[in-house]
Amino acid sequence: MWQTLTRWYHQWGSPRYFFQYSGVLLPWLWPLAVLTLVVGVVWGLAFAPADYQQGNSYRIIFIHVPAASAALLGYIAMGVAGLVGLVWRMKMADIMIKAIAPFGAVLAAIALITGAIWGKPTWGTYWVWDARLTSMLLMLFLYLGVFALMNAIPDPRQAGRAASLLSVVGVINVVIVKYSVEWWQSLHQGSTLKVVGESAMPSEMLAPLLISMLGIYLFFACTVLMRARTEIMVRERKSQWLREVLR
Amino acid sequence: MNPVRKQRLIIILGVVVGLAVATGLLLFALKQNINLFYTPQQVASGEAPVGSYMRVGGLVVAGSVKRDPNTLDVTFDLTDGKGTFSVHYRGILPDLFREGQGIVANGQLMAANRFEAAEVLAKHDETYMPPEVQDALEKAGHPGANAEKSAQ
Repeated sequence: MWQTLTRWYHQWGSPRYFFQYSGVLLPWLWPLAVLTLVVGVVWGLAFAPADYQQGNSYRIIFIHVPAASAALLGYIAMGVAGLVGLVWRMKMADIMIKAIAPFGAVLAAIALITGAIWGKPTWGTYWVWDARLTSMLLMLFLYLGVFALMNAIPDPRQAGRAASLLSVVGVINVVIVKYSVEWWQSLHQGSTLKVVGESAMPSEMLAPLLISMLGIYLFFACTVLMRARTEIMVRERKSQWLREVLR
Repeated sequence: MNPVRKQRLIIILGVVVGLAVATGLLLFALKQNINLFYTPQQVASGEAPVGSYMRVGGLVVAGSVKRDPNTLDVTFDLTDGKGTFSVHYRGILPDLFREGQGIVANGQLMAANRFEAAEVLAKHDETYMPPEVQDALEKAGHPGANAEKSAQ
């Protein structure tokens, strides 16, 4: 078991193996991502029942929650890649950070913008500096910071090291975002989805929400794989294996 | 594990744990400033300074909302079960403002039991359900998630 895992880890850590097998994976992953995303979002926006209190404005949850949770998970993935990059100096780790940061920033921005649009009719304000909203804004800036570090330093190895460090350290903020609504009194409500126990939502609303969440995770994975492949092509442009694969 | 990598791993984990502890202590020290609002209990116990500008949050007491028929003036009581004080506000309330609903008000504490609000925000909870379920709950004699809906 452990040996399979370490072998798998070293295989996917090699740009050549990654390039080859992500190319096999993507034609399957893309249709699956688009299908689940379309089913989840259309079901949620058009067919799920309205909420007893908010009416139809609650439907923004089918965009807001998937985007926010994918942004959090993406940051954790970036932190893990950062740790791998700093400790094992694996080339693929830097490439993964560079691939995750821009789309993660977009997701964090989507979560903030949809939240503001929903906040105006529900709370009565677009923005309030409570713990959840502020820490989520910080997460957007951390994503942009990693993205900026990666692109501002000309030497890719040094850029990778700086961005890895910010990725690893920034994971602390993920924990703060997640528990901000429990640790402090905030305007933002607690989590509707519960990992343990029953979610505060009936199944006819929960099902489309979970499907759109899965859809956005798959979509995120697809874009990350594609960006990573592009980056591999740029970095390995002089290597023999790439010329052979592309021929 | 290769000793060089092991050392690097220990250093990085040490840095992260150290920063996490530092952040935790910082956030703990700033707890009062990060909390968005004071609770009625804190107001009742005198923890919230009278005369200063602040936010308060709590549940609107059912049956306490009094609207002036000629102006936009509205007064209501705010509670958390451990303390109660009255809030006065002049302006348009958000759609979700109802008796029994949680709200956050921004304004000035005039006296220990009187708050002058400049802004009222509705606090939404994490429960979602279709209207039919809520109706069924009420018919069955269950107060539902908010029985105060009928009070409007």
